[in-house]
Amino acid sequence: MGNPYAGLTDYLAFHRAETNYRYRTENHFDVAKLRAAHRLIKETAFTPSLPERGYCYRGLYINIDTLEVKEQPVTQEMKDIFIGGRGFGLWQLWHAVKPSTRWNDPENEIVISPGPMSGITQYPGSGKSIVVSISPQTDIPIDSNVGGYFGPLLKFSGYDFLEIQGKSKTEILIFIDGEKGTISIEECPLEPLDSHILAELLTDMYAESEEDRVNISVVSAGSAADHSLIGMLNFSWFDKRRGCIRLKQAGRGGIGTVFRDKRLKAIVIRRPGVKGDLNRPADFETIAKTGVKLHRELRSLDPSQCVMRRNGTAHIVEIMDAYDLLPVMNFQYGSHPETHKVASYIWDMRCTQRTSDGCWYGCSMSCAKGADGLTLRTGPYKGQVVTVDGPEYENVGGLGSNAGIFDAEAVLELNFYCDTYGICTITWGTICAFVMECYQRGVLNLERTGGLDLSWGNWEADLELMHQVARGEGFGLIAGLGVHKMKHIFAERGWGDPGLLEDIGMENKGLEYSQYLSKESLAQQGGYAMTNKGPQHDEAWLIFMDMVNKQLPTFEDKAEALYYFPLWRTWFGLNGWCKLPWNDISPADNHLRHEPHKIPEHVENYLAMHGAMMGNEITVEDMLNQSARVYNFQRVFNIRMGKGLRIHDKAPYRSMGPVSREEYLSREERYDKQIIDEMGLDPTKMTLEERMAAHRAWRTGRYEKLTDAVYKRRSWTPNGVPTYDRLKELGIDFPEVLEVVRPFLIPDHI
Amino acid sequence: MKTLQIDVGKCDYGRDCAHECEAACASKVFKCDDPSRAALRIRLLENGEGRAILCDQCGDCVIVCPADALSRNKQGVVLLNKKTCVACYTCVGFCEKHAFERNPEWLLPYKCIACGICVKACPKAALEIAEAPTPAPRII
Ligand code: SF4
Ligand code: SF4
Ligand code: SF4
Ligand code: SF4
Repeated sequence: MGNPYAGLTDYLAFHRAETNYRYRTENHFDVAKLRAAHRLIKETAFTPSLPERGYCYRGLYINIDTLEVKEQPVTQEMKDIFIGGRGFGLWQLWHAVKPSTRWNDPENEIVISPGPMSGITQYPGSGKSIVVSISPQTDIPIDSNVGGYFGPLLKFSGYDFLEIQGKSKTEILIFIDGEKGTISIEECPLEPLDSHILAELLTDMYAESEEDRVNISVVSAGSAADHSLIGMLNFSWFDKRRGCIRLKQAGRGGIGTVFRDKRLKAIVIRRPGVKGDLNRPADFETIAKTGVKLHRELRSLDPSQCVMRRNGTAHIVEIMDAYDLLPVMNFQYGSHPETHKVASYIWDMRCTQRTSDGCWYGCSMSCAKGADGLTLRTGPYKGQVVTVDGPEYENVGGLGSNAGIFDAEAVLELNFYCDTYGICTITWGTICAFVMECYQRGVLNLERTGGLDLSWGNWEADLELMHQVARGEGFGLIAGLGVHKMKHIFAERGWGDPGLLEDIGMENKGLEYSQYLSKESLAQQGGYAMTNKGPQHDEAWLIFMDMVNKQLPTFEDKAEALYYFPLWRTWFGLNGWCKLPWNDISPADNHLRHEPHKIPEHVENYLAMHGAMMGNEITVEDMLNQSARVYNFQRVFNIRMGKGLRIHDKAPYRSMGPVSREEYLSREERYDKQIIDEMGLDPTKMTLEERMAAHRAWRTGRYEKLTDAVYKRRSWTPNGVPTYDRLKELGIDFPEVLEVVRPFLIPDHI
Repeated sequence: MKTLQIDVGKCDYGRDCAHECEAACASKVFKCDDPSRAALRIRLLENGEGRAILCDQCGDCVIVCPADALSRNKQGVVLLNKKTCVACYTCVGFCEKHAFERNPEWLLPYKCIACGICVKACPKAALEIAEAPTPAPRII
């Protein structure tokens, strides 16, 4: 693809050198007045402590209804079996809920847990928290891996996790001061909800000086989380150079909705004095050396590999387009002639360079790019100049191409409002794509949308729909329920054929798909729909291995990949690591290694650092077992909550093959060839409908075969239930776990 | 800006000197007896060639520091703020000259402050503190 903006590039690059990344509309708050309206309803003292070899050995439980605040022990058994992060979150949540618990029941919890590695500053991608809750969208546990400074600051205050239960009757915030050792719950009636304002305001309010602002992190949602099921949480940090707060998102599954349902406005933490050795590892030097090695690798190789430091994850937009993998118009197509308008060199110009954009100290991969100086064209902040966090690939794919929007400034504005309103960009992208296709196919029309022209590419209508969610009105209230519920509502109202809605509604288990086209990668179809939490590429991203490099030819190969990668990737979430520095950079000699797609040297880095933290040595096998415990436990948790069986791993046909005639015709040559090669039929003797039907039978058939192979490899029954032997082997055969699976295991599996 | 520069024609690379520069830097700037702690390194390679590892105050490390702990002083010399540095070693890994130093005993990394102490110590007068134009910040 040529660069149609070639002549402009130098000009813009020149201007970028002059970018003033502090140029934005200043928000002026009467902090004193807002604070005066706070009413302290509970204050508890605690003794701050530092972790030892990554663990603080206690968690913090807060019930915001009864105002009970207590410390929870972290036992050796918990450490051995659940490691930390997502493992701890799921274990705490398991004890808090019943099978009948739904997202808005008071016993539902939000657990935020940085893993034992979270907070080290030397190795890129080491500041993550994992948030767990029962999702309003899926009714099963959701887990979200998020950056920002909150998790590490919580750990350095003395807690391995924060567990929040109950519902408040008034608007409250929780403030944890990890230096003074106080936890306070305060009523806070006046603060606005939207995160770009709220997080900044609370950072100013709780920092003791200007310098102290870097020691504050705020967790907050936004006004759209109040009126939808797709709310997300923002985790902030203070960007010293820009002089403003930045946000990272715990996006998927509606945890922000749970947060707001509890009437939590924010959780604020303050913990000054971050240094690089606060996790107190057994062997700091190994971590330090490994970190420096990766910093050097990024310095020398990132510019010729993924260019993450300049473009963040958006560097792959045009690559996805070139391979027919970019979601276009609700995953109908995989590329578009206008992709160049939202391709990486646009973001290279639009994101501010010459600064450090990690979401925690020491992340020299620095994908958390910031696009400064965006003047908003719509909504309550119209006319204001803001800094946008992102855009990430998912935002460009979801908010852009999937809705037929190829206007970079519009994508940035959608990105900005998703973030500040507290809704997930990925989810919103897939929702909008769905309603726009419904509009295209006449399921929706002007009357049914309340006057919104949801034609492809209409970014103003897209934004207006989002503003409606934030205001809690109009068709926005329906869109905010998500694709799963919309399918049923539209069918019930007789607006469209239920079969069509099932086919084009890109969700599984109630969660919307993330932004990759999986039609030509069977392994990725499984990688999406056979996940624990719902279709999200953070368990397995196998499209290139499977479709482009053809490294997974058999069902068994695919099943092996769907065994290994979800476990490997689960491990990041147990430890508090970010996945990106694992394979978005690779050593110069990686191609010479056995199984280069696993980036063996980086796997060795992680194992070495894990050992250095804990003072032990672990192997790949140990690592896989650590993950498998939590992974299978989560599967059983799903079963306990009423999902987690084979039927819940079914995928919408749009993720597998061509639903519509246009889709088929757009790739007619490829599909016809498959009819000859794979099905042994003659497409010239078949009508279009017959060819489409043949594809559906072939594609859904092989998905079933893949399901069989994956379940077998995972030691699950054909119904997707972990066997007694597997649970025993993993050491998670607790009576309460067995009780859940027993009804589903035929006698010879017990 | 002020930078430490070396005249490769004059430097002896330790053949006939005792690395006085490193010893002086270590003891006077970093207050320790171990010359390997110096902010400059002069090496004689096996092939007989010499190599000097010096910071030229290019400022790359200033850009990559996530804590904004590095900045140029009035003379253009890049200095580390010990209070705000979080020991992430991004600077160490991103210095192309390998001149941002760290060692297993000290948590914080360290670098040349262009103080000129080594210049005075060098018996061959191979080092000098010179004025050089401050380069524009780069995209790294
Ligand atoms: S790679 Fe990106 S998301 Fe991951 S830790 Fe670094 S800045 Fe954060
Ligand atoms: S330490 Fe390295 S990166 Fe920093 S100014 Fe010196 S030469 Fe440049
Ligand atoms: S080690 Fe200190 S000076 Fe170097 S990049 Fe990290 S915070 Fe900045
Ligand atoms: S100029 Fe000063 S800090 Fe730099 S190498 Fe010489 S003695 Fe050390």
